[in-house]
Amino acid sequence: MTKTLTVGFPRHRFLRGLSAAWPICVGYVPIGLALGVLGQKAGLHPLALGCMSVFVFAGSSQFIAVAMMSGGSGISSIIATTFVVNLRHLLMSSALAVHLRSCPRWLLAVFAYGVTDESFAVNYPRFGSDRWGVGEALTVNHSANLVWIASTVVGGYGGQFIPAGALGVDFALPAMFICLLVYQIRTRRHLVTAVLAAALAVGLSLMVPGNIHVVLSAVLAAALGTIGHKIPGAGAKE
Amino acid sequence: MNSAEYLLLIGGMSLVTYLPRWLPLHWLSRRRLHPWLVAWLDLIPPAILSALLVPELITDGLPRQVVWGGPELLAAIPATVFAVWTRSLGGTVVVGMLSYWLLGLRA
Repeated sequence: MTKTLTVGFPRHRFLRGLSAAWPICVGYVPIGLALGVLGQKAGLHPLALGCMSVFVFAGSSQFIAVAMMSGGSGISSIIATTFVVNLRHLLMSSALAVHLRSCPRWLLAVFAYGVTDESFAVNYPRFGSDRWGVGEALTVNHSANLVWIASTVVGGYGGQFIPAGALGVDFALPAMFICLLVYQIRTRRHLVTAVLAAALAVGLSLMVPGNIHVVLSAVLAAALGTIGHKIPGAGAKE
Repeated sequence: MNSAEYLLLIGGMSLVTYLPRWLPLHWLSRRRLHPWLVAWLDLIPPAILSALLVPELITDGLPRQVVWGGPELLAAIPATVFAVWTRSLGGTVVVGMLSYWLLGLRA
Protein backbone atom coordinates (compact mmCIF):
# COMPACT_ATOMS: atom_id res chain seq x y z
CA MET A 1 0.00 0.00 0.00
CA THR A 2 2.71 2.48 0.93
CA LYS A 3 5.09 3.40 -1.79
CA THR A 4 7.54 6.16 -2.46
CA LEU A 5 5.97 9.26 -3.84
CA THR A 6 8.38 11.48 -5.64
CA VAL A 7 7.96 15.06 -4.64
CA GLY A 8 10.30 16.64 -7.20
CA PHE A 9 8.75 18.50 -10.05
CA PRO A 10 10.37 17.61 -13.37
CA ARG A 11 8.74 18.63 -16.61
CA HIS A 12 7.36 15.17 -17.48
CA ARG A 13 5.38 15.04 -14.23
CA PHE A 14 3.88 18.40 -15.02
CA LEU A 15 2.91 17.30 -18.56
CA ARG A 16 1.48 14.00 -17.30
CA GLY A 17 -0.64 15.94 -14.80
CA LEU A 18 -1.84 18.32 -17.50
CA SER A 19 -2.85 15.49 -19.84
CA ALA A 20 -5.01 14.02 -17.06
CA ALA A 21 -6.46 17.39 -16.07
CA TRP A 22 -7.84 18.61 -19.39
CA PRO A 23 -11.31 17.02 -19.08
CA ILE A 24 -11.75 18.80 -15.74
CA CYS A 25 -10.63 22.08 -17.27
CA VAL A 26 -13.04 21.71 -20.23
CA GLY A 27 -15.86 20.95 -17.80
CA TYR A 28 -15.06 23.85 -15.48
CA VAL A 29 -15.23 26.55 -18.16
CA PRO A 30 -19.04 26.59 -18.71
CA ILE A 31 -19.74 26.14 -14.99
CA GLY A 32 -17.33 28.92 -14.04
CA LEU A 33 -18.78 31.24 -16.68
CA ALA A 34 -22.31 30.51 -15.44
CA LEU A 35 -21.29 31.25 -11.87
CA GLY A 36 -19.69 34.51 -13.03
CA VAL A 37 -22.93 35.59 -14.71
CA LEU A 38 -24.95 34.72 -11.60
CA GLY A 39 -22.49 36.57 -9.38
CA GLN A 40 -22.76 39.68 -11.50
CA LYS A 41 -26.57 39.51 -11.32
CA ALA A 42 -26.27 39.18 -7.53
CA GLY A 43 -24.29 42.43 -7.49
CA LEU A 44 -20.84 40.93 -6.95
CA HIS A 45 -17.87 42.50 -8.71
CA PRO A 46 -16.19 39.89 -10.98
CA LEU A 47 -12.97 40.25 -8.99
CA ALA A 48 -14.81 39.81 -5.69
CA LEU A 49 -16.18 36.54 -7.02
CA GLY A 50 -12.71 35.63 -8.30
CA CYS A 51 -11.43 36.23 -4.79
CA MET A 52 -14.00 33.72 -3.51
CA SER A 53 -12.85 31.21 -6.15
CA VAL A 54 -9.25 31.62 -4.94
CA PHE A 55 -9.99 31.13 -1.25
CA VAL A 56 -12.91 28.73 -1.33
CA PHE A 57 -12.50 26.75 -4.60
CA ALA A 58 -15.69 24.72 -4.23
CA GLY A 59 -18.02 25.00 -7.21
CA SER A 60 -21.31 23.80 -5.80
CA SER A 61 -21.03 25.72 -2.53
CA GLN A 62 -20.07 28.89 -4.42
CA PHE A 63 -23.25 28.56 -6.50
CA ILE A 64 -25.28 28.08 -3.34
CA ALA A 65 -23.52 31.00 -1.61
CA VAL A 66 -24.24 33.38 -4.51
CA ALA A 67 -27.88 32.26 -4.64
CA MET A 68 -28.22 32.68 -0.87
CA MET A 69 -26.61 36.13 -1.02
CA SER A 70 -29.10 37.33 -3.61
CA GLY A 71 -31.84 35.83 -1.46
CA GLY A 72 -30.64 37.94 1.46
CA SER A 73 -29.33 35.11 3.69
CA GLY A 74 -27.01 35.92 6.58
CA ILE A 75 -23.29 35.13 6.66
CA SER A 76 -23.58 32.40 9.29
CA SER A 77 -26.26 30.45 7.43
CA ILE A 78 -24.25 30.59 4.20
CA ILE A 79 -21.15 29.31 6.01
CA ALA A 80 -23.14 26.54 7.71
CA THR A 81 -24.59 25.45 4.37
CA THR A 82 -21.12 25.45 2.80
CA PHE A 83 -19.91 23.19 5.61
CA VAL A 84 -22.66 20.62 5.03
CA VAL A 85 -22.25 20.74 1.24
CA ASN A 86 -18.51 20.09 1.52
CA LEU A 87 -18.65 17.27 4.08
CA ARG A 88 -18.25 14.75 1.26
CA HIS A 89 -14.62 15.87 0.90
CA LEU A 90 -14.02 14.42 4.35
CA LEU A 91 -14.64 11.01 2.80
CA MET A 92 -12.52 11.71 -0.26
CA SER A 93 -9.54 12.96 1.75
CA SER A 94 -9.81 9.91 4.00
CA ALA A 95 -9.64 7.61 1.00
CA LEU A 96 -6.71 9.59 -0.45
CA ALA A 97 -4.81 9.49 2.86
CA VAL A 98 -4.21 5.75 2.46
CA HIS A 99 -2.12 6.50 -0.65
CA LEU A 100 -0.25 9.52 0.70
CA ARG A 101 1.60 8.02 3.67
CA SER A 102 5.04 9.11 2.54
CA CYS A 103 4.03 12.63 1.58
CA PRO A 104 5.42 15.37 3.87
CA ARG A 105 2.86 17.10 6.05
CA TRP A 106 3.35 20.56 4.54
CA LEU A 107 2.72 19.15 1.08
CA LEU A 108 -0.44 17.42 2.33
CA ALA A 109 -1.60 20.84 3.51
CA VAL A 110 -1.05 22.24 -0.01
CA PHE A 111 -2.64 19.22 -1.65
CA ALA A 112 -5.74 19.50 0.58
CA TYR A 113 -6.61 22.87 -0.95
CA GLY A 114 -7.23 21.25 -4.33
CA VAL A 115 -9.30 18.22 -3.23
CA THR A 116 -12.51 18.55 -5.23
CA ASP A 117 -14.96 15.96 -6.60
CA GLU A 118 -13.23 16.20 -9.96
CA SER A 119 -9.58 16.17 -8.87
CA PHE A 120 -10.35 13.33 -6.47
CA ALA A 121 -11.95 11.29 -9.23
CA VAL A 122 -8.97 11.86 -11.53
CA ASN A 123 -6.20 11.41 -8.92
CA TYR A 124 -7.52 8.58 -6.77
CA PRO A 125 -7.45 5.71 -9.30
CA ARG A 126 -4.04 6.86 -10.58
CA PHE A 127 -2.41 6.80 -7.15
CA GLY A 128 -2.52 3.02 -7.50
CA SER A 129 0.06 3.18 -10.31
CA ASP A 130 3.78 3.88 -10.09
CA ARG A 131 3.50 6.62 -12.67
CA TRP A 132 1.45 8.87 -10.42
CA GLY A 133 2.83 10.94 -7.56
CA VAL A 134 2.14 14.13 -5.69
CA GLY A 135 3.70 16.18 -8.50
CA GLU A 136 1.18 14.94 -11.06
CA ALA A 137 -1.67 15.25 -8.57
CA LEU A 138 -0.78 18.82 -7.66
CA THR A 139 -0.63 19.69 -11.36
CA VAL A 140 -4.16 18.33 -11.78
CA ASN A 141 -5.42 20.23 -8.72
CA HIS A 142 -3.88 23.54 -9.61
CA SER A 143 -4.50 23.62 -13.33
CA ALA A 144 -8.17 22.90 -12.57
CA ASN A 145 -8.03 25.62 -9.92
CA LEU A 146 -6.56 28.21 -12.33
CA VAL A 147 -9.16 27.43 -15.01
CA TRP A 148 -11.89 27.70 -12.37
CA ILE A 149 -10.71 31.08 -11.08
CA ALA A 150 -10.29 32.47 -14.61
CA SER A 151 -13.71 31.23 -15.81
CA THR A 152 -15.59 32.70 -12.86
CA VAL A 153 -13.92 36.10 -13.41
CA VAL A 154 -14.43 36.05 -17.19
CA GLY A 155 -18.06 35.00 -16.66
CA GLY A 156 -18.57 38.03 -14.44
CA TYR A 157 -17.26 40.37 -17.14
CA GLY A 158 -19.02 38.95 -20.17
CA GLY A 159 -20.37 35.45 -19.70
CA GLN A 160 -23.82 36.43 -20.94
CA PHE A 161 -22.44 36.87 -24.48
CA ILE A 162 -21.38 33.24 -24.76
CA PRO A 163 -24.08 30.98 -26.22
CA ALA A 164 -25.39 28.55 -23.59
CA GLY A 165 -24.85 24.85 -24.17
CA ALA A 166 -22.34 25.24 -27.01
CA LEU A 167 -21.02 21.83 -28.19
CA GLY A 168 -22.61 19.95 -25.31
CA VAL A 169 -19.95 21.28 -22.98
CA ASP A 170 -22.45 21.12 -20.08
CA PHE A 171 -22.11 17.35 -20.22
CA ALA A 172 -18.29 17.34 -19.93
CA LEU A 173 -18.22 16.72 -16.18
CA PRO A 174 -20.97 14.05 -16.06
CA ALA A 175 -19.20 12.24 -18.93
CA MET A 176 -15.93 12.44 -17.02
CA PHE A 177 -17.59 11.00 -13.91
CA ILE A 178 -19.02 8.14 -15.97
CA CYS A 179 -15.56 7.10 -17.14
CA LEU A 180 -14.00 7.55 -13.70
CA LEU A 181 -16.75 5.46 -12.16
CA VAL A 182 -16.05 2.75 -14.76
CA TYR A 183 -12.37 2.84 -13.67
CA GLN A 184 -13.45 2.30 -10.06
CA ILE A 185 -15.42 -0.88 -10.75
CA ARG A 186 -12.52 -3.27 -10.22
CA THR A 187 -14.39 -6.17 -8.57
CA ARG A 188 -17.95 -7.43 -8.18
CA ARG A 189 -17.94 -5.86 -4.70
CA HIS A 190 -17.19 -2.42 -6.20
CA LEU A 191 -20.00 -2.88 -8.70
CA VAL A 192 -22.53 -3.88 -6.03
CA THR A 193 -21.46 -0.91 -3.89
CA ALA A 194 -21.85 1.51 -6.81
CA VAL A 195 -25.33 0.18 -7.65
CA LEU A 196 -26.39 0.38 -4.00
CA ALA A 197 -25.05 3.94 -3.72
CA ALA A 198 -26.91 4.95 -6.89
CA ALA A 199 -30.21 3.51 -5.64
CA LEU A 200 -29.83 5.04 -2.18
CA ALA A 201 -28.75 8.41 -3.59
CA VAL A 202 -31.68 8.63 -6.01
CA GLY A 203 -34.15 7.56 -3.31
CA LEU A 204 -32.79 10.01 -0.73
CA SER A 205 -32.47 12.86 -3.23
CA LEU A 206 -36.20 12.59 -3.91
CA MET A 207 -36.99 12.82 -0.21
CA VAL A 208 -34.49 15.41 1.05
CA PRO A 209 -33.63 18.70 -0.66
CA GLY A 210 -30.00 19.81 -0.89
CA ASN A 211 -27.18 17.33 -1.38
CA ILE A 212 -26.86 15.49 1.92
CA HIS A 213 -27.95 12.36 0.01
CA VAL A 214 -24.46 12.14 -1.52
CA VAL A 215 -22.63 11.65 1.78
CA LEU A 216 -25.32 9.51 3.41
CA SER A 217 -25.69 7.07 0.55
CA ALA A 218 -21.91 6.80 -0.01
CA VAL A 219 -21.23 6.03 3.67
CA LEU A 220 -24.06 3.53 3.83
CA ALA A 221 -23.38 1.81 0.51
CA ALA A 222 -19.66 1.42 1.29
CA ALA A 223 -20.54 -0.04 4.72
CA LEU A 224 -23.03 -2.48 3.18
CA GLY A 225 -20.42 -3.34 0.56
CA THR A 226 -17.96 -4.52 3.21
CA ILE A 227 -20.43 -7.13 4.53
CA GLY A 228 -18.86 -10.54 4.12
CA HIS A 229 -15.48 -9.02 3.33
CA LYS A 230 -12.70 -11.26 4.58
CA ILE A 231 -10.03 -9.28 6.36
CA PRO A 232 -6.66 -10.76 5.34
CA GLY A 233 -4.99 -12.25 8.38
CA ALA A 234 -7.98 -11.69 10.66
CA GLY A 235 -8.18 -14.37 13.34
CA ALA A 236 -4.57 -15.39 12.74
CA LYS A 237 -2.12 -15.15 15.60
CA GLU A 238 -0.12 -11.90 15.74
CA MET B 1 -23.53 42.93 2.09
CA ASN B 2 -20.58 45.34 2.49
CA SER B 3 -16.93 44.56 1.81
CA ALA B 4 -16.06 43.66 5.39
CA GLU B 5 -19.00 41.27 5.61
CA TYR B 6 -18.07 39.75 2.27
CA LEU B 7 -14.49 39.14 3.43
CA LEU B 8 -15.83 37.56 6.61
CA LEU B 9 -18.06 35.33 4.47
CA ILE B 10 -15.14 34.25 2.28
CA GLY B 11 -12.98 33.62 5.36
CA GLY B 12 -15.65 31.42 6.97
CA MET B 13 -16.43 29.56 3.77
CA SER B 14 -12.76 28.87 3.05
CA LEU B 15 -12.28 27.51 6.57
CA VAL B 16 -15.24 25.08 6.44
CA THR B 17 -14.18 24.02 2.94
CA TYR B 18 -10.49 23.54 3.69
CA LEU B 19 -10.71 21.75 7.04
CA PRO B 20 -12.71 18.71 5.84
CA ARG B 21 -10.23 18.38 2.94
CA TRP B 22 -7.13 18.68 5.10
CA LEU B 23 -7.82 17.03 8.49
CA PRO B 24 -8.25 13.43 7.19
CA LEU B 25 -5.08 13.76 5.09
CA HIS B 26 -3.20 15.13 8.10
CA TRP B 27 -4.39 12.50 10.60
CA LEU B 28 -5.13 9.35 8.64
CA SER B 29 -2.01 9.36 6.46
CA ARG B 30 0.17 8.80 9.54
CA ARG B 31 -1.95 6.21 11.28
CA ARG B 32 -2.24 2.47 11.05
CA LEU B 33 -5.84 1.94 10.00
CA HIS B 34 -7.96 -1.00 11.00
CA PRO B 35 -8.28 -3.40 8.01
CA TRP B 36 -12.03 -2.98 8.14
CA LEU B 37 -11.66 0.79 7.78
CA VAL B 38 -9.29 0.28 4.84
CA ALA B 39 -11.85 -2.04 3.19
CA TRP B 40 -14.56 0.57 3.74
CA LEU B 41 -12.40 3.41 2.39
CA ASP B 42 -11.61 1.29 -0.69
CA LEU B 43 -15.34 1.21 -1.47
CA ILE B 44 -15.85 4.95 -0.85
CA PRO B 45 -14.71 6.08 -4.35
CA PRO B 46 -17.19 3.98 -6.38
CA ALA B 47 -19.90 4.76 -3.81
CA ILE B 48 -19.39 8.50 -3.83
CA LEU B 49 -18.89 8.83 -7.60
CA SER B 50 -22.07 6.85 -8.17
CA ALA B 51 -23.97 8.89 -5.56
CA LEU B 52 -22.84 12.13 -7.20
CA LEU B 53 -23.49 11.05 -10.76
CA VAL B 54 -26.66 8.94 -10.94
CA PRO B 55 -29.13 11.42 -9.36
CA GLU B 56 -27.84 14.01 -11.87
CA LEU B 57 -28.75 11.67 -14.71
CA ILE B 58 -32.23 10.58 -13.69
CA THR B 59 -33.71 13.31 -11.52
CA ASP B 60 -34.67 16.88 -12.31
CA GLY B 61 -36.62 19.82 -10.91
CA LEU B 62 -37.31 21.22 -7.47
CA PRO B 63 -38.48 19.20 -5.56
CA ARG B 64 -36.63 16.54 -7.49
CA GLN B 65 -38.54 14.00 -9.53
CA VAL B 66 -37.38 10.97 -11.46
CA VAL B 67 -37.20 11.70 -15.20
CA TRP B 68 -36.68 8.71 -17.47
CA GLY B 69 -35.11 9.37 -20.84
CA GLY B 70 -33.87 12.94 -20.31
CA PRO B 71 -30.91 14.05 -22.47
CA GLU B 72 -28.47 13.46 -19.58
CA LEU B 73 -29.50 9.81 -19.23
CA LEU B 74 -29.60 9.23 -23.00
CA ALA B 75 -26.16 10.80 -23.50
CA ALA B 76 -24.84 8.68 -20.61
CA ILE B 77 -25.55 5.47 -22.56
CA PRO B 78 -23.04 5.96 -25.42
CA ALA B 79 -20.59 7.55 -22.95
CA THR B 80 -20.76 4.48 -20.67
CA VAL B 81 -20.40 2.04 -23.55
CA PHE B 82 -17.41 3.99 -24.84
CA ALA B 83 -15.83 4.17 -21.36
CA VAL B 84 -16.18 0.41 -20.77
CA TRP B 85 -14.94 -0.38 -24.28
CA THR B 86 -11.93 1.96 -24.56
CA ARG B 87 -11.30 3.09 -20.94
CA SER B 88 -10.32 6.43 -22.44
CA LEU B 89 -11.21 9.44 -20.28
CA GLY B 90 -10.75 12.08 -22.97
CA GLY B 91 -12.63 9.98 -25.53
CA THR B 92 -15.53 9.44 -23.13
CA VAL B 93 -15.77 13.16 -22.47
CA VAL B 94 -15.85 13.91 -26.21
CA VAL B 95 -18.41 11.16 -26.95
CA GLY B 96 -20.58 12.31 -24.03
CA MET B 97 -20.45 15.97 -25.07
CA LEU B 98 -21.22 15.20 -28.71
CA SER B 99 -24.16 12.93 -27.80
CA TYR B 100 -25.56 15.52 -25.42
CA TRP B 101 -25.16 18.25 -28.02
CA LEU B 102 -26.84 16.21 -30.79
CA LEU B 103 -29.71 15.29 -28.45
CA GLY B 104 -30.15 19.00 -27.75
CA LEU B 105 -30.28 19.82 -31.47
CA ARG B 106 -32.97 17.18 -32.01
CA ALA B 107 -35.24 18.66 -29.31
